[in-house]
Amino acid sequence: MAGKDLERSKEAEGFEHEFESGLAVISQDKIGDPGLAPHRVRMTDKSPKHAKNAERQVAVLFLLSVVGSFFALWAYVAFPITEDLSTVRANNLWLGLGMTLSLLGIGIGAVHWAKTLMPDFEVSEARHQTRGSEDVRAAAVEIVKLADQESGFSRRKLIRRTMYGALALFPLPALVVFGDLGPVVGDSLRHTMWKKGTRLTKDPTGIPIKASDVTLGSVFHVIPEGLAEMHEHKLEEKAKAAVLLVRLNQEDLKEDESKKGWSYDGIVAYSKICTHVGCPVALYEQHTHHLLCPCHQSTFDVTEHCKVVFGPASRPLPQLPISVDAEGYLIAQSDFLEPVGPSFWER
Amino acid sequence: MSLRRRLNGSRRSPLAATIVIAAGLLFSGGGFAVATSVVESNVATAYTADQIAEGKKLFLSNCASCHGLNSEGTKAGPSLIGVGAASVDFQVGSGRMPGQGSGPQLPKKTVQFTEEQIGLMAAYVASLAPGPAIPDDKYLEATGDAAHGGELFRINCAMCHNAVGAGGALTEGKYAPVLKGVSAKHTYEAMITGPQNMPVFNDSNLTPTDKQDIITYLAYMDENESAGGYALASLGPVAEGLFVWIFGLGGIIGITVWLAAKSN
Repeated sequence: MAGKDLERSKEAEGFEHEFESGLAVISQDKIGDPGLAPHRVRMTDKSPKHAKNAERQVAVLFLLSVVGSFFALWAYVAFPITEDLSTVRANNLWLGLGMTLSLLGIGIGAVHWAKTLMPDFEVSEARHQTRGSEDVRAAAVEIVKLADQESGFSRRKLIRRTMYGALALFPLPALVVFGDLGPVVGDSLRHTMWKKGTRLTKDPTGIPIKASDVTLGSVFHVIPEGLAEMHEHKLEEKAKAAVLLVRLNQEDLKEDESKKGWSYDGIVAYSKICTHVGCPVALYEQHTHHLLCPCHQSTFDVTEHCKVVFGPASRPLPQLPISVDAEGYLIAQSDFLEPVGPSFWER
Repeated sequence: MSLRRRLNGSRRSPLAATIVIAAGLLFSGGGFAVATSVVESNVATAYTADQIAEGKKLFLSNCASCHGLNSEGTKAGPSLIGVGAASVDFQVGSGRMPGQGSGPQLPKKTVQFTEEQIGLMAAYVASLAPGPAIPDDKYLEATGDAAHGGELFRINCAMCHNAVGAGGALTEGKYAPVLKGVSAKHTYEAMITGPQNMPVFNDSNLTPTDKQDIITYLAYMDENESAGGYALASLGPVAEGLFVWIFGLGGIIGITVWLAAKSN
């Protein structure tokens, strides 16, 4: 062994010498072939008493599995899930424990059997090359040549080229058909249910909100009028149109000249859909006027058109321009003037 | 014939219509009066002049250093004019006031005053200007609609307080407190007054019945165990993920080591 090691390290040195200027790191103390550990005879091979014990242990494990199966069956009947939700707990617990015992009993039993009682000797299998022998390779080439000769693939140019054409074009109809399978997105990402005159209503009841209801420091979770009564596509529409309504002191608002008319008496409405990845931003702090997104902690300043003050969001929350109608209810002046929610390709 | 006439007569006394209309007016008018008095946070809760004077004494010796001698507020504490009896009852009754030192948020601590003293201070603050009153007992019983309360809770409260009221973090050291074990009265008062950074949920946003439903939902969550087994403080993915990392992966590693180990 020692002589062999020495040879190897010499070899390594020579290697290093050749590539001295390179970046290759040649390990000086690389791990050699540890060889096979000496065979250790198991207790179960030495003593029939131990072998008998191991046999009993395996049998007990398999019997435990049988008990587990019956227990799971019994538990399913004994702890039914009823109208009372708390029954789910006992049902899941006992059914699950029974099935665990039933599966683990088989698994552990089988492994224990293999480890203690099945033949125990070391086997070494030499690796062989993945490359086939020369004969096999020659035979394979012969087969391809013969097939080409018999089919006339190389000889008959017309057939070959028309076949290439047919193969290239056959996926086309499928591509066109698959393209039309899903819903056509169209401009649905750019518009929401809000339009001129839509009343702001409470989520989930759909009761319209009067400007006088929104007292200082209040937060209203708002959906557009008509959404509460929808049946189809209700969630899709809500996911785009959800709005948060807040009233601040007028002097706290720092509004752009161009957006001065978008608020009403200190009441401002912003899209609740985060511009980062679309979580509902609704953690409003009354005194800091910060809106926090629970997913990635993007923070928006409500006093300054919800500009981003912290976190990964890159755009302010879109503002819904609002006003009041003749009866004093809050209404939208128009839809959002930009797409709500996270960025998308053509935005 | 005579029977029929008598029947007719007994059915329609000439006074019947008048009585029905009068009763209708009385009921709707009375009902409206009750409803509006609730919505307007019943300003006219009766406190005697003595109570107010006693309350003022307590206020001057315990609160005025931060809130000002006339409750007008100072740099250390906000004005209390118009915050109402409900604010005092919540802040002092939960031990948050009087505050000890400043920080991002005043924590809940041992209550410093007796029920009676809190009532007197509330009377004084309520006498300064109209504000939210201490809620009526009938809205504090957990006998409402827990399912509706749960829906309202998820829309209005869960983003900060967690879906089952386990609380959560806000910005810069502020947090939404745990709601387990908070009394119905304090829950109601927090909704109408908006303590610290919590927004206000006035009676036109969540009606008193809505608030009662929310209280019912929280009481239901308090009283019933989680249907899914041990909830790990209901903190969600962090606690659950840690559990799986330690015990799930630990178990798998243990089994792998046993599989590869040679038998004795």
